[in-house]
Amino acid sequence: MLEVAVNTRRGAFALAAAFELPTPGVAALFGRSGCGKTTLINVIAGLLDPDSGSVSLDGEVLLDTRRGIRVAAEARRIGCVFQDARLFPHLRVEANLRYGLKRAAGAHYVSFAEVADLLGLAPLLARRTHQLSGGEKQRVAIGRALLAQPRLLLLDEPLAALDAARRDEVLPYLERLRDQLAIPMVYVSHQFEEILRLATHVVLIDSGSTIAQGDIGSMSLRPELRQIVGADAVGAVVAGEVRAIDADVGLARVRIGAGELRVAAAGLAVGGRVRMQVLARDVILACAEPHGLSVRNAVRGVIGGIAPDGADASLVSIDIGGTLVLARVTVDAVRDLRLRAGLEIWALFKAVAISSGRMRAL
Amino acid sequence: MIWLRPSERVALLLSLDVSVRSVLLCLPAAIAVAWVLSRRRFFGRVLVDALVHLPLVLPPVAVGYLLLVLFGARGPIGGWLHRVFGIDLIFTRNGAALATAVMTFPVMVRAIRLSLENVDHGLEEAARTLGARRLDRFATITLPLILPGILAGTIMAFSAGLGEFGAVITFVSNIPGETRTLPLALYTALQSPGGGAAAARFAAISFTLGIGGVLSAEWLTRRVRRMLGS
Repeated sequence: MLEVAVNTRRGAFALAAAFELPTPGVAALFGRSGCGKTTLINVIAGLLDPDSGSVSLDGEVLLDTRRGIRVAAEARRIGCVFQDARLFPHLRVEANLRYGLKRAAGAHYVSFAEVADLLGLAPLLARRTHQLSGGEKQRVAIGRALLAQPRLLLLDEPLAALDAARRDEVLPYLERLRDQLAIPMVYVSHQFEEILRLATHVVLIDSGSTIAQGDIGSMSLRPELRQIVGADAVGAVVAGEVRAIDADVGLARVRIGAGELRVAAAGLAVGGRVRMQVLARDVILACAEPHGLSVRNAVRGVIGGIAPDGADASLVSIDIGGTLVLARVTVDAVRDLRLRAGLEIWALFKAVAISSGRMRAL
Repeated sequence: MIWLRPSERVALLLSLDVSVRSVLLCLPAAIAVAWVLSRRRFFGRVLVDALVHLPLVLPPVAVGYLLLVLFGARGPIGGWLHRVFGIDLIFTRNGAALATAVMTFPVMVRAIRLSLENVDHGLEEAARTLGARRLDRFATITLPLILPGILAGTIMAFSAGLGEFGAVITFVSNIPGETRTLPLALYTALQSPGGGAAAARFAAISFTLGIGGVLSAEWLTRRVRRMLGS
């Protein structure tokens, strides 16, 4: 368990945040740029002293301003991956990787060969750091942090400086890290897709304070998310089980609550569990069972609630046998269809709208 | 050196010897002072900064005089050095090296401080999270990264040291083979009747050394920068 409580003030910016992360697990600190995520990471790493606060990891107190406890960053065994990689320019890739390994105290749980293999670093070892691409730099930075045998790995927007293609190149490595090493991670990002693929626990941060925390499913339903990701990226994250795969049409049938969704089958196996985000803007509501539509997915549910979403839209939550899905519809539609809580309704979404980028096999 | 006359060779070798000693004396102190001035905020920092730069603005003769007062045989530091270690600075090449070191100190500190201020602080933070303590960090990250500055500063100080005149002649006088370095030999030649030709030769040697120093500083700095991959 990682427990963090921080109060600090830097000029006009005030940070008052507290959260807990079950370990092992991947916690995502999620919020807009400038909301205080990096400050929090620096406090956990020991690179920044807050005005007051405490940090403890698996029962060991690393910082407690009230009791005057301050474990130095170099003694915390907390690895850091920074947005700008921060590789040592005077050392080759291999020497960069070994920097932390040489200084790692205690038992080593991961070897040089394992890390090189896990992150595909073997072809890069003899290179100089300025000969690496952005994605390669981040992989080396991740490897370097891992080899210091940290008890916790902090990743501060490691993919933010990369373009979409490079991001997709590095993300699978991070997933392997999570699945094979089971090292606790705190992942900072303002990209919901990254968090969907990596995180098990989400902490929402806005203007320097933590506003909510929990599993990604319940966090995806929080109304505050709209300000952080924008109205178009709002959508419930739901978990389901793959029941069957229709190979001839390339679609998988996934059981979600009491309903069944058909989504792109790529990467899925029968019996596997999957998590996906159904964007609210992709969901259409119908009062009666629809016929003669190209839409592959029609699920019956009950309206749980209706909340205003901006000036001209409403966010409708639909309960599909215990699983909640969000739909963004116009205020006009709410009035015409007489939508209200408790009403039985059909939710429709296009199978292609749930693409691999918003889906993750569990 | 075959085409040099014996007196020229003696002066040249002495100048090189004094300059090497002065650089060795200067370097550790310059790195330490540059680090303190660029990384620490403390009361009196401005005063230290001014003190370091003093030799640049004081007449060299005044610096020599000050050294004479402090390090002379009866001076508070000179007397102690003589009693405890048997070291005499006055009228010796070590004394010449000390005078040269004091005069070239600001050059060195400036060069090193400039490159220290260009070191990305984030790299040192990264080293911290990888378990490197302060001295370890300095030796393995900071020092290699400021190597170009150290080299440039060293060569500049070395070249400038070859030409130090006022402080040297005031502090350790003008003794052939012990303290008569190139500029002192040049000055002596000018003072003797019919010494014009000899003075011109000394001047030519100094000129060659100076140009060589500046060019090699430039070349070395570039090479090391390339080695560091920036």
